[in-house]
Amino acid sequence: MDGHNDAPETGRTVVTRKSDRELVVTRIFDAPPRIVFEAWSRAELFRRWWVPETLGVPLRACEMDVRTGGAYRLEFGLDAANSMAFFGRYLEVTPPSRIVWTNEESGDDAALTTVTFEERDGQTLLTLSELYPSKEACDEAIQGSAAGLPEQFNQLDALLAAGF
Amino acid sequence: MVQYVAARLDASFSALADATRRGVLEELERGEASITELANRFQMTLTGMKKHVAVLEEAGLVKTEKVGRVRTCRLGADGLAAEAAWIERYRRRWALRFDELDKVVEDLKREEEANGRT
Repeated sequence: MDGHNDAPETGRTVVTRKSDRELVVTRIFDAPPRIVFEAWSRAELFRRWWVPETLGVPLRACEMDVRTGGAYRLEFGLDAANSMAFFGRYLEVTPPSRIVWTNEESGDDAALTTVTFEERDGQTLLTLSELYPSKEACDEAIQGSAAGLPEQFNQLDALLAAGF
Repeated sequence: MVQYVAARLDASFSALADATRRGVLEELERGEASITELANRFQMTLTGMKKHVAVLEEAGLVKTEKVGRVRTCRLGADGLAAEAAWIERYRRRWALRFDELDKVVEDLKREEEANGRT
């Protein structure tokens, strides 16, 4: 296992804490960037994978205006009373290589997310970075969720299912 | 410093790749336990559990101390276990998503190939 290798083998998801305030996820897809970009930027395709249907957490709404300055809003939950919304703006959209967006539901400490799609011999190296405004915000994101660890550990699979 | 932490976290990821070892950390979150107790709890031989604990100790996630004939295990003191566990969950969340994204990408590829042929 080498978390520093920025060219993982196909199908393997690698996470690195790149710096005090940045987490990076990489993965290779066996298709050119324009196809991976399409799957990411068309709402009807995006909603098929962002929270997989098999996990049983319905995506109630998925609005995405994927262009620079456009907004998005994702709403999960069983009904309107028990739902959770994620929203923000696309700061940069450069097809088929780069999308940058804000995560405004988390307030001032929210990460800025950047995903890039790089061509590698007909395949795509996808790199997703979550850059926090400070080391403290990044630690908080990690330790905050780790604080309730015993229960969370018990429900590892349920939590994964919920996408958190 | 970041390099050092990253290297330790890499060892943590390997250590956490195993369900039993994640279970052991979960047990130790509740309090310390001897290797014998852990082996019983996970219905495993003493030798098998010793190996798992050794991997966790190597990664800095667990500390052990032998008092008399009993080796007691507890979580590493510096919060590394919690952070590593969080990052492993984070990784699995993305892995799960990306497995699904893979399927969508394959569908698009097939569609494109079919359209190219007609």
